Amino acid sequence: MSQKSFVWFCLLPLAVVTTAFFLLPMARLVVAGAEGPHGLAGYLAILTEGRYRATLINTVLLAAATTVVTLIVATIAGMFLQRHRFPGRAVLIAMLTFPLAFPGVVVGFMIILLAGRQGLIGDLSNRIFGEKFVFAYSIYGLFLGYLYFSIPRVILTIMAAVQKLDIGLEEAARSLGASPWAVQRDVVLPALAPAFVASGAIAFATAMGAFGTAFTLATNIDVLPMLIYTEFTLAANFATSAALSVGLGLITWLILALARTFSGSAVAAAG
Amino acid sequence: MSTAGHGAAVRIESCGKTFADGTRALDPATLDIARGETLVLLGPSGCGKTTMLRIIAGLELPDTGGKVLFDGKDMTLVPIERRNVGMVFQSYALFPNMTVADNIAYGLKIRGVARDERAARVAELVTLTNITGLENRRIDQLSGGQRQRVALARAVAIRPGILLLDEPLTALDAALRDRLRGELNRLLRALGITTIYVTHDQAEAMELGDRIVVMRKGAIAQIGTPREVYFAPKDRFVAEFIGAANIIEAPIENGAMILPGGRLPIDGGATIANATVMIRPETIRVADAGAGQLSGTVDSVSFIGDRQRIVVSGASGKPLNVDASNTIQAKVGDRVGLSIAADAVRLLPSEP
Repeated sequence: MSQKSFVWFCLLPLAVVTTAFFLLPMARLVVAGAEGPHGLAGYLAILTEGRYRATLINTVLLAAATTVVTLIVATIAGMFLQRHRFPGRAVLIAMLTFPLAFPGVVVGFMIILLAGRQGLIGDLSNRIFGEKFVFAYSIYGLFLGYLYFSIPRVILTIMAAVQKLDIGLEEAARSLGASPWAVQRDVVLPALAPAFVASGAIAFATAMGAFGTAFTLATNIDVLPMLIYTEFTLAANFATSAALSVGLGLITWLILALARTFSGSAVAAAG
Repeated sequence: MSTAGHGAAVRIESCGKTFADGTRALDPATLDIARGETLVLLGPSGCGKTTMLRIIAGLELPDTGGKVLFDGKDMTLVPIERRNVGMVFQSYALFPNMTVADNIAYGLKIRGVARDERAARVAELVTLTNITGLENRRIDQLSGGQRQRVALARAVAIRPGILLLDEPLTALDAALRDRLRGELNRLLRALGITTIYVTHDQAEAMELGDRIVVMRKGAIAQIGTPREVYFAPKDRFVAEFIGAANIIEAPIENGAMILPGGRLPIDGGATIANATVMIRPETIRVADAGAGQLSGTVDSVSFIGDRQRIVVSGASGKPLNVDASNTIQAKVGDRVGLSIAADAVRLLPSEP
């Protein structure tokens, strides 16, 4: 057996698995999306049909907001945790990364415990203002849940990037007269840009597709994964749910590609 | 050059540094650096030279009681961004997200200098540092030598009162280092800024320094001009760290050292039972057998080009290194005489 055919031979299992569990279902999904009463136009319905379009915009906005806020929180926390040593630091990092292990349902459950009808915040506000603040079942509760499980996905990447930062760069900027704010703006944030893009992409994609949390909380709001679920199981509308699934994937991919292109120059320069 | 005359005088007063984990990096030291002077902090790694530089820069705070003064003004608690110091780092620390020109102009931009004036200053500096034409390059497109020049241009662009250089040539290969050393020397003389230069390379220290501070284990071992530390080292450490040195331990009787290869007269020698002296290899002359004060046998001959290093055994307790002219014919096993002027033998304090 030649070297070349040996390599092909080794790749065979991968090819089989990819075909069986990735390409074929994907192709089937794409075909299914066009098998509704409107044919290929079923895909267009994602954008033309009011309810679908609103859900799509809702989902994208929620995922984008989650990504931005997660990046801000995780950058500040990650930079602090990487640069400082204090008692309890390891425990804190463990706690911050803990949600990685939780299924979305658990995250939703925790949000209900915090901001639900019997939740902690409601209790407190009832005592103080005589009114129960309940936002677990709204888009704010969902946002909080997404934030909760997005932070660990981002913070570890940021911490690794901060560790690789050359302290000399910050010292050089300071020696040239830069204030702490200017150092962050001109030196630190540009150097972290690749980490922002990489971890932000993961946070965004996860938020776009998150189902468990939404399923637990979302009685008043529609996000795309919930919509797919209801169309699929309750309405048995296979074509629409397939079209929505393909749409969800494509739109997520498209937005990430755009983000990468726009930040590409900054990333290349900082690389 | 318009930057000339901008230098500040520096004084550090009993500045020591103990790190949070209890490591003593620097014993309390006092040091005066004159306006426009180039002072070199020289020593092996871990000797405290970088710590001293960082205290002057404002990147480290000295232990309580230590003071840093610029032109008599107490700067101890002033942060680096308000000390007006130019700094060149060993890693150069150039901003990878900016072009060469933006790097050089960064300090001016922070100071709110207008665009035209910045451009003029950048043009002036790229000429001065020989990097004309690279203004729009990204940093990762530059060679090591070019990066070094950009770092220097960036540091002097702000017309600093003090220029601080932390091993600026260490990251370069030997040939380039030699060339840039000369270039740097001319530039520092032209600028006339007070310069503090940290290095572990004694050749750099010799060429660049008006004065050299030799450091060892967090303390100043000797301060002096290059000639002083070379010809009159205070102790064995300085003698061996600066240049090559033969260190000989033997008794001195009536102004002459008693060695296996003969009696070696020395300057101002009384009688010392256990003396330590230093003799530079280039101050020893190879003579015919029987001539000179000492005699010995040639152990090895290394032809280096501009000179040859001859090792002679039997003259003193251990083999003597001799730097001889490259025309001398000496073979391994030859009996030779060695002639050493009395003032070339430097008596060192014996080590405790």
